[in-house]
Amino acid sequence: MHPALSIVFFTTSSGAGYGLLAWIGLLAPIGALPLTRPFGAVSLVLALAFITAGLLSSTFHLGHPERAWRAISQWRSSWLSREGLAALATYVPALAFAGLWLLDGTGMLWSACGLLAAAGSIVTVICTAMIYRSLKPIRQWDNAWVLPSYLMLAAMTGALWLAAALSALDVLRPAATVLAAALVLAAAALKMAYWRSIDRNSAVSTLASATGLPRNRTIRPLDPPHTEENYLLREMGYRIARRHAAKLRRIAALGGFLAPLILLALAWVLRGGAASALLALAAALTATAGVLVERWLFFAEAKHTVALYYRGEPSSDAHSLR
Amino acid sequence: MTSLPTPQPGAKKLALVIDLDTCVGCHACVVSCKEWNAFGETGPLPEFGPYQSEPWGVWLNRVHTFEVGDGEDGRTVYFPKNCYHCEEPDCVTVCPTGASYKRAEDGIVLVDAALCIGCKLCSWACPYGARELDGDGGVMKKCTLCVDRIYDENLDEAARIPACVAACPTSARHFGDLGDAGSAVSKLVAERGGCDPMPEMGYRPVGKYLPPRSMLPIRATDESAAQGSRSPNGFLRWVDRVLSR
Repeated sequence: MHPALSIVFFTTSSGAGYGLLAWIGLLAPIGALPLTRPFGAVSLVLALAFITAGLLSSTFHLGHPERAWRAISQWRSSWLSREGLAALATYVPALAFAGLWLLDGTGMLWSACGLLAAAGSIVTVICTAMIYRSLKPIRQWDNAWVLPSYLMLAAMTGALWLAAALSALDVLRPAATVLAAALVLAAAALKMAYWRSIDRNSAVSTLASATGLPRNRTIRPLDPPHTEENYLLREMGYRIARRHAAKLRRIAALGGFLAPLILLALAWVLRGGAASALLALAAALTATAGVLVERWLFFAEAKHTVALYYRGEPSSDAHSLR
Repeated sequence: MTSLPTPQPGAKKLALVIDLDTCVGCHACVVSCKEWNAFGETGPLPEFGPYQSEPWGVWLNRVHTFEVGDGEDGRTVYFPKNCYHCEEPDCVTVCPTGASYKRAEDGIVLVDAALCIGCKLCSWACPYGARELDGDGGVMKKCTLCVDRIYDENLDEAARIPACVAACPTSARHFGDLGDAGSAVSKLVAERGGCDPMPEMGYRPVGKYLPPRSMLPIRATDESAAQGSRSPNGFLRWVDRVLSR
């Protein structure tokens, strides 16, 4: 699948934003976060900025962005519609939560708004993941690891940005660091399991099943139906070289998981101060960059069944990347 | 509404039945589809760089060519591919705006260009590649089964068939109601063992392919081979000698 940069950026950015919003909405009402006005302002503005930048970016790949509002109408059947609706609905408690915090109205209503914003964030990320998870023609997406990976990566980047915001105001507590580190490890484990799964499973559809021609004969494309590329090949026929995929997986793993873990550990060791704050910020930045690469690969490594008609069954389809 | 209509017993299910035995791969259906649908209901179907070195564009019907079998057993099969107007089309249900819909009255899957936001999700959801984005108009295009032709009462009744079916010189393309077990297309499917493309996807295509009648290799028989090697007698022998000089 062609990795459209607007979508790659959208899922990474709003994933981090919803992750951060969910953590603040859950942890602030139970008193696990400092209820100071600067922290509320910095962390919530950061979360809403990530979310809004992502959502705006997602409209850039549309043929008619001005009609984007229509996308919230088909929530009965469409995960994309549900995502749009959940994203918009989450703004209401999120803005109320931020407003009440800044106006020192941190009471029951504020707590309720926080929890609702967290719930909305989780639902939105689930919808995003389900858009991909529900596409049967793409076996790398129609995969049980997709939903947990999306949720965990959003929780991980959110927790890292939370740690960065806390240490920027010099109020980073050990619990926040431990939470972020644990989520990095969990997300790394899920992503490795996903990569292993897509390497081991082979496609269900074959050129024989796609054409109804005899299964016991070799079937190979002889003449293409057109001499140049078309929409199908540009959009669904994107190919990435195996060695590039393997290299990019290492880059995603190093940037997304290993580097943030080391940077977090260093920030912990320094125990506060400007250097510690910079290290926590660097951890959040490299993790987000790593997820950006991971998300790009999520598209680039995805193979659509329509490619069968054009390329048959490449022997590399059941390849393993190790 | 992108939720699928509740299937009614006895409802019409219009689609194409394509005979892989008689298709000669002439692409007449491809061209006539483009010609009809570049205008009217579906149009335009833009071309990008039509007079440049790498022209490409939107076509709703494409003929693939496959080689089946190896070496002497190899045989060419032409495979026209277009929308099958599936009974459970995910291309419809994933649509966030209600632009994609399946008609309750005849099962035709259509896109309302006025509602389409061009998010491409329906084209990702189609396992067959039946949908192509019109990059100029920013909306998705697909086979309409020539809905602006098959119901046009200004046309002769015989002409109320999809353009691709009308164009086929070998009658490899058949159009009709697959919801009616007694229709000509349904009988053809039953007789010839018509099959679904990618049944494992669960989309339940309405359109069918009729498989090639025989996949046996075409070889010279022993008799004709023996005849060819025998030397001619009499007059033919004389002709052979004269011509061989």
